[in-house]
Amino acid sequence: MNATVIRGRARRLGDDIDTDTIIQSRRKRETLDSEALSQYLLETHDPAFAASVEPGDILVAGKNFGCGSAMEVAATVVLGAGIRAVVARSFSRTYFRNAINNGLLPVTCDTAGINEGDDIEIVLDDPVRVRMVSADENRAAAPLPPIMLAILHAGGLVPYFRAHGDFVLPRNGDTP
Amino acid sequence: MMGKTISEKILSAKSGVDAHAGDLVVAAVDCVLGTDASGPMAIDYFTRMGGERLFDPARVVFALDHYAPAPTPASAALLDVTRDFVRRHGAVLYEVGDGIGHQLIVERGHARPGDLVVGADSHAVTYGALNAFATGIGSSDLAAAMISGRIWLRVPESINVVLLGALMPGVYPKDIALALCGRLGADGAAYKALEFTGDGVAGLQLEDRLVVANMAVEMGAKNGIFAADAETDAYLAGRNNAPFIAVTADAGATYADEVALDLSALPPQVARPHLVDNVVAIEAAAGETVDMVYLGTCTGGRARDFHQALAVLEAGGGPAEGVRVIVTPASSEIERELSDDGTLAAFAAMGAIVQMPGCGACCGSCGVTVGDGERVISTANRNFKGRMGNPAAKIWLASPATCAASALSGRIADPREIVT
Repeated sequence: MNATVIRGRARRLGDDIDTDTIIQSRRKRETLDSEALSQYLLETHDPAFAASVEPGDILVAGKNFGCGSAMEVAATVVLGAGIRAVVARSFSRTYFRNAINNGLLPVTCDTAGINEGDDIEIVLDDPVRVRMVSADENRAAAPLPPIMLAILHAGGLVPYFRAHGDFVLPRNGDTP
Repeated sequence: MMGKTISEKILSAKSGVDAHAGDLVVAAVDCVLGTDASGPMAIDYFTRMGGERLFDPARVVFALDHYAPAPTPASAALLDVTRDFVRRHGAVLYEVGDGIGHQLIVERGHARPGDLVVGADSHAVTYGALNAFATGIGSSDLAAAMISGRIWLRVPESINVVLLGALMPGVYPKDIALALCGRLGADGAAYKALEFTGDGVAGLQLEDRLVVANMAVEMGAKNGIFAADAETDAYLAGRNNAPFIAVTADAGATYADEVALDLSALPPQVARPHLVDNVVAIEAAAGETVDMVYLGTCTGGRARDFHQALAVLEAGGGPAEGVRVIVTPASSEIERELSDDGTLAAFAAMGAIVQMPGCGACCGSCGVTVGDGERVISTANRNFKGRMGNPAAKIWLASPATCAASALSGRIADPREIVT
């Protein structure tokens, strides 16, 4: 069976993109609706960014993506803009958790050489890899712990919790 | 038998598993915090998860601190979302004006040595000063913990941060925190615990340790933690009198890294715009002009901070013409103390603006606004572009004394020239 592939246009960002940059704190006091908030996505980075996003775009960043505040709108606003995945060299732990919990796919891998506008694929194989399409170059992603895979497979923490009513740690050998 | 760090021991106790760094555990929480910024979203997740009741209303705390007071009708409505939930489900509610949730967790006795406390706000790491394992989470994890009383966590590796000696006059715990940010970098402790040790810890009051623990997250750390001592006991007395068992690291504990900081040689530190790890010694930032001096937040909004700032302002003859000084106590208890001892009146007599206790302008959610092109020096923990609500402003971070020294001339200045 072929692995699921998420293909999209890379939207290139740098290192240490903090959550206030992803969505300013003052925006979330007006609404928590992720689609409404998405018009302000990354406005501090580039006021024209939100309008340039096309559904299916993939954010590609350097180290420490989502540092700073633990605010969850910083993850949901990305989904609200129609972006399903973020590829970064590393993530802050709170952003990583919030992404998984909402079904936004965070992929940790070397992002050097991936440029704005590049056609990339996230291949949900074991291990997950990122393929730079024109160069046909593959980058292996860091594996997710089993409980995160289980939450992601369930579609996020809400469906996971509705199903389990608690956190269940998969034992060794269990498949999520 | 392998020795354990403080974090490994607390997470082992809370999960009932003999856990070591790298293990995943499901652990019982002693207390959870939501704010007006994270609470409404958590309440939405709670409902969608099928939540019917809180695992223990006395252990679920909401603090209305980010929109204090609410600056817009929409944010006022968000406050009501939390109030309404608390009316229906119990939970402890701290109202607008009571203060910043993190300060209330420590000062009202919600965190104790050996506890596991999670808060839907990254600065929940603050309670590590009280020998609790404390970490920030999002609204969805908060909702799950509100229902189950549990959270899954990866047991972090610990970095042994050895604080040596005593700070010289004019140098403060904020300088320790900033120096560590500069040394480790904004992700230098990512996913790890910072365990603060060394003979320098004994010289830090509990309020000082709160400053240092608060900024652990600025290095990406999951938590920052101190051992408990007589200072911890004295702080908790009257706040929470239930017995507790303090947690110490085992002699043979394994640390991922060790960072030593000689406090006696540390000059005042400043983080320059727009990153918290863009840290330099005071000499390299001195002379930069500032329009606003911001005193407050969960890092620098305690009585001790305001006393240190006021001493510098009084010794130096007050703020320069045109420099705005903003005072935002972290809680109503602190506000009362500052009112009773004359500190607030002294600030007001100098023309300072005294705001309601709460988060204030720290992340631009309420309080004073910063104009385009304005330059701020602040006792806060973050200086990201746009952090105070205006991307066209610049923010420097420093100790209360350095902030006050900078107010004297409108230029960033070394407080050691005043405090001798």
